[in-house]
Amino acid sequence: MDTRQTVAPPRPVKLFHRFANPGQFLRLSGRVLPWLYGSGVLLTAIGVIWGLFFAPDDWQQGDTVKIMYVHVPFAWLASAGYVSLAICSVLSLIWRHPLADLAAAELGPVGAAFTAVCLATGSLWGKPTWGAWWVWDARLTSVFVLFLLYLGHIALVRAFDDPTRGYRAGAILALVGVINLPIIKFSVNWWNTLHQPASIGLTGAPTIAASLLWPLLFTTLGFTLLFAAITVARTRAGVMERRIRMLLMAKTSEASQS
Amino acid sequence: MTHLPYIAASYVLAIGVPLFFAIGTTLRLRAAKQRLALIDPRGKR
Repeated sequence: MDTRQTVAPPRPVKLFHRFANPGQFLRLSGRVLPWLYGSGVLLTAIGVIWGLFFAPDDWQQGDTVKIMYVHVPFAWLASAGYVSLAICSVLSLIWRHPLADLAAAELGPVGAAFTAVCLATGSLWGKPTWGAWWVWDARLTSVFVLFLLYLGHIALVRAFDDPTRGYRAGAILALVGVINLPIIKFSVNWWNTLHQPASIGLTGAPTIAASLLWPLLFTTLGFTLLFAAITVARTRAGVMERRIRMLLMAKTSEASQS
Repeated sequence: MTHLPYIAASYVLAIGVPLFFAIGTTLRLRAAKQRLALIDPRGKR
């Protein structure tokens, strides 16, 4: 008797495979993308206008607090982008799915640029408040290391003639670099840093006035949606470009055989 | 505003970088769609 049975994969895995299909991804992303861009632009615009023209100045920092409305979303996205990169890397290494490889390759430059903006806006905030453009304290240094990890990922993905080897190497680097994320988060608690501790946490009430908090929530959500839209659009372009390469290779092969 | 140059530079960067990526990606997508439509009849997505 044949004891082998066909076992259907669990529902979440089935769902993942369904949406990870490149054709399905192109159809779904084509529908979602205008909404992501539209809502991202709208929320960012509301948050920026509110923060710049209607939110009050901080009693201690004065008008420099307005830099917070752009610095904090980019700091959040630098780490969140890296978490997304790590998730793509896990999917790539376990399921070896080409869409996860493409998404990771497209995420890298966006994450690096957003981390660079986080560092630059932090520097622009630091000069008038601390009197220094840069200090090698634990928070700033760990975010700089995150920026280098992004650059390393970009370089590794492009370093091999065989793209699959590049994707694997990049995925391993991305997973090793995850160790830096808790260091970034807790650096302000573990060490005596010039950078202030977190004002918003999951466990306690925010230590920031509501009049400053609301525009910050708008810009954070808005920039997050824009980050997602840019990454999805880049992955979409990557899928199309890969299909173009495959079709051209097939045509070249046909022409050489005939 | 006494720190206007710092604030202005921060907002220019924060708006400019996503805008740069959004425009670049839109152009890249448009080029890929046109190329795909030329070589693959199924390319019109």
